[in-house]
Amino acid sequence: MSELYPFNNYWAHFGVFAVVVLLFVIAGVMTFIYLERRGFGLFQMRMGPNRAGPWGLLQPIADAIKVLLKEDIVPDAADKVVHFLAPVVGFLPVLLIFAVVPFHEGHGLIPDLNVGILYVVAISSLEVVAVFMAGWASNNKYSLIGAMRVMAAMVSYEIPLVLSVLGVVAIAGSLSMNAIVQAHDVPFFLLTPLGFLIFLASAMAEINRGPFDMLEADSEIVAGFHVEYSGMKFAMFYLAEYGHALAMSAIAATLFFRGWEGPGGQYIGIVWFMVKTVFVFGLMIWLRVAFPRLRIDQLMGFAWKFLFPLALINLFIIGGEMVGFDGDIPWWMLFVNSAVAAVLVLLFSKSYRLGGGRVEVKA
Amino acid sequence: MKLKLEHYGKGLAKGLGITFRHLLRHRITTQYPEERLNVSKRFRGYQLVWDKKRCTGCATCAKSCPQGNIEIVTSTAIDENRYKVEKFEVDTGRCIFCGLCVEACPFDALFYSREYECSTYRRGELVMSKEQQERTEDKQLSGYFHPEIEESLPAQTLLLDKAGRRNQALWH
Repeated sequence: MSELYPFNNYWAHFGVFAVVVLLFVIAGVMTFIYLERRGFGLFQMRMGPNRAGPWGLLQPIADAIKVLLKEDIVPDAADKVVHFLAPVVGFLPVLLIFAVVPFHEGHGLIPDLNVGILYVVAISSLEVVAVFMAGWASNNKYSLIGAMRVMAAMVSYEIPLVLSVLGVVAIAGSLSMNAIVQAHDVPFFLLTPLGFLIFLASAMAEINRGPFDMLEADSEIVAGFHVEYSGMKFAMFYLAEYGHALAMSAIAATLFFRGWEGPGGQYIGIVWFMVKTVFVFGLMIWLRVAFPRLRIDQLMGFAWKFLFPLALINLFIIGGEMVGFDGDIPWWMLFVNSAVAAVLVLLFSKSYRLGGGRVEVKA
Repeated sequence: MKLKLEHYGKGLAKGLGITFRHLLRHRITTQYPEERLNVSKRFRGYQLVWDKKRCTGCATCAKSCPQGNIEIVTSTAIDENRYKVEKFEVDTGRCIFCGLCVEACPFDALFYSREYECSTYRRGELVMSKEQQERTEDKQLSGYFHPEIEESLPAQTLLLDKAGRRNQALWH
């Protein structure tokens, strides 16, 4: 920790960074909502929100005020306590993830937590509980179907997610987020392109975005688990959804894009960190706008037949390289790894079939 | 398994490429109150434009109207040797915009306007009186059934170009 940093007292540090994290999440979520709506608009040759404030920058604030003023409706047959608790349980893990994210060199709530990435993976899977609480307590078939889908999807996608993260951990030799950033000499998305692709795909599935948003497939199950939510509680779910996207982007930026490091990183590390986070989120917007929603069997097939074996092979390759090069993979291996990744993706996209479980009714 | 080079994610790359190209294209949105497109040259606007000087009060328009929507009352003006139009009232709320009145007028005294902002708070406000429909200098006439007017009108636009100008050749 640098000498300039004034908060070496434990409680002062805790207080300051609790506020910083909260502000960062709220401001980040607002920015992301704006970016996504505006980005979607531009991708679809529309304008996006452009009326509230300059370039529509105040649109998320207008939306927030609107949704907070709305009536809070609880269904008669709902499980009232669980229905009330679900948004809180949903938002909490998002804030908790940011405890270990290093905003700057060694700056964060606990950036040097020695099991940092394990903590992130553990905390972020709490999201499932909240979604299932919401789906169950709403006493609505659409909510329940959405919640069941998200349970299946998140449990499946957690495995390739963790395995792709393990590859990075193996190269860096540490679970601490700060140490992983410092271990970069080549950005890891170049050194392990396969790992990055797997991470991106499974992270997008994990936060129920883009082509993987089975849980709120509007055309099939209305809005999934938050059909019966309105007003403040809905706002909490919305906040949690985008907060989770922010968290995953921040983690991807930390693990694969060198986090706060960059030219002048010792002074403007937080700027680099934010730029990279927004870049990863931009990728997610692009993928979301380009691809149609997956079917449920495609979703599970993609996780188990494509991502899971690839993630295992990726981990095996990285392990082999670490042993072969005696713990220090030279930078030129990125060409080899890219070629291997291309070949593997080609091979594996050929090797699995979907729709085999189709049930045909006999007359 | 025979490995053919197909189904390897080419479609995904193509989808990404198409969306990216759309990102670089300019918007198709017309921000209506500030930006407007040109309507068709032969646009049948919601208001009829009635030329007081040419009208003889023959009521051919009223007879041609399938809705019976044109109410015309005349009196004789002996000193001018012609009919004087006392009342020329059209309920645009009931008009079906068939254009038969404009086509029927033997003296070219009826035109369509190019107006399209016709929402009102009261239904009664849709009834257009003689004074409201009278032809004045600032009223733009539509080229409907009047090719001589059509010639002087600007071409219809479907899109705005990058600079926000009305441009027709943009959408192929």
